[in-house]
Amino acid sequence: MNQKMSNGKKTFLFLSFAGPSVLFFILAFVFPLIYGVYLTFTDWNGLSSTVNFVGLANYKVVLHDASFWKSLSLTVGYSLVSVLTINLVAFGLAYLLTSGIKGQNFLRAGFFTPNLIGGLILGYVWQFIFSRVLVPFYKFLPVALLQKSWLSSPHTAMAAMIIVTTWQYSGYMLLIYIAGFVGIPSDLIEAAKIDGANEHRITRSIRLPLMVPSIVISLFISITRTFKVYDLNLSLTAGGPYDSTKLAAMHIFTKAFEEQKYGIGQAEALVMFIVMAAIALTQTYIGKKRELEM
Amino acid sequence: MKNPYRYSQKISTGSKVKTILASFLLILYLVPFALVAINSLKQKINIVRFPLELVDPKGPQWINYKHAIEEMAFFRSFGNSFIITSCSVVLLLVFSAMAAYIFVRASEWKACKISFALLLASMAVPFQVVMIPLISIYGGIFGILNSKTTLILMNFGFGTGLCIFMCDGFIKTSVPIALEEAATIDGCSYHGIFFRIVLPLMKPILSTIAILQILGFWNDYLLPSLVLGKKRLYTLPLAIRTFYGTFTNDYGNIMAGLMLSIIPIIIVYIFLQKYIIGGVIAGAVKS
Repeated sequence: MNQKMSNGKKTFLFLSFAGPSVLFFILAFVFPLIYGVYLTFTDWNGLSSTVNFVGLANYKVVLHDASFWKSLSLTVGYSLVSVLTINLVAFGLAYLLTSGIKGQNFLRAGFFTPNLIGGLILGYVWQFIFSRVLVPFYKFLPVALLQKSWLSSPHTAMAAMIIVTTWQYSGYMLLIYIAGFVGIPSDLIEAAKIDGANEHRITRSIRLPLMVPSIVISLFISITRTFKVYDLNLSLTAGGPYDSTKLAAMHIFTKAFEEQKYGIGQAEALVMFIVMAAIALTQTYIGKKRELEM
Repeated sequence: MKNPYRYSQKISTGSKVKTILASFLLILYLVPFALVAINSLKQKINIVRFPLELVDPKGPQWINYKHAIEEMAFFRSFGNSFIITSCSVVLLLVFSAMAAYIFVRASEWKACKISFALLLASMAVPFQVVMIPLISIYGGIFGILNSKTTLILMNFGFGTGLCIFMCDGFIKTSVPIALEEAATIDGCSYHGIFFRIVLPLMKPILSTIAILQILGFWNDYLLPSLVLGKKRLYTLPLAIRTFYGTFTNDYGNIMAGLMLSIIPIIIVYIFLQKYIIGGVIAGAVKS
């Protein structure tokens, strides 16, 4: 389309091809994003017709809001541990499923099942497991961990969140790692075997380095997904007990829609985004650098 | 596997152990669903007392399903989910493919450059950042919430960035420009070229996007919960949430309700498993 074309014709072509997508993207995303930044400088409660400009006051409130920083640090902790467990489990399973075993397509499909079902329902399923199924086990297996529901005390409730998240996403990351494993040239591995390398050595010196791109993608996806988790949090623990599992997304939701502090909620959302972007980009940057060195 | 002659001995012993281990892990993975399934057919008292028993002493309690279907207005919620998901996906596929096409073929135009850059950047922004202003604008100022159309158009607006990005990569690598040039010489218009030549060639990437987006829209909770406030508009996740609130202690009904939300997608999965897994891999590796 680079022939001489009148501006009118260009505009027509652009609008007829990209118009709908660009228009609704602007309406759903660009416009709200700009309006959102404006909201952080106001005291609007979502209802009243008077909107006062308050300058940086909302940001000051956010800065001193201990409950927000607590939820953000819980989110960072939850996200880091989950990302680690998700990827370790997924990597291990992918290794197992690409080592030439029977029925690997069936197994792959099976491990993916939780990803078909939304976080809200997965959370309810596990809420039942933790509060009703595991507790009776105490009769046979009297360990302190089974004495009462995991969801009823702060540390175990957070552990429950991490277990369910790992269960949910490892099947997804598994697919990325399988694609990575399959992409490793088999002659490299055979050459190493001929040179006398054992499985452990092959994994460390050939598979792992060649898998760095898959690892970078997987980490990026799992960081961004765990950081904004809301539905699983809502249905599994609802933030409790005593806000010990109230993650940032839920905190923002409550602040904006239940306490009706739109400006403060929005300022918190921006802070959350910046923290998430910083972590995800640092990870990608380090990963890409390693990719080049290897 | 491709060379059984060489490694036959090694594979048969090692792989047996690995197959058993993997199967055991899979069973462990699926136990939560199995527990919900068996308990959905029990009386609530027996769920609380004996959650691990396979059947209720009084036989399967199908009545749980009857209650759940009525209370969560299953068929209506299912219909809402179906309409919202299918309309959103069709809009997304057609218009994102069209936009990606012009972005690739007219990449030197300023409007294309700017829009593409913005769309790419948007993919990194979590929904929570635009959620509050979105509701302020469309609820507070325009008052157009509580409508399936609004939700469908919002799904379209949010989804199009990723779809255009995926289509863009595909057109660059897999849609030969020579075909289009031949058609231009024959006098075909740009729209003709797109709909007759390019769109059919894009089937592989469009089916990948369709799978990813169908799963996403079908299971979405946060956006629908903000847009759809009226009960008659509820999608399945919204219906199960309110149902949960009213039946917190009646585990029989709740388990049946959860099963009702899980079963449809599992049925689809059983038939389309190969395509779904393939689509997710293609999507994951691309993005």
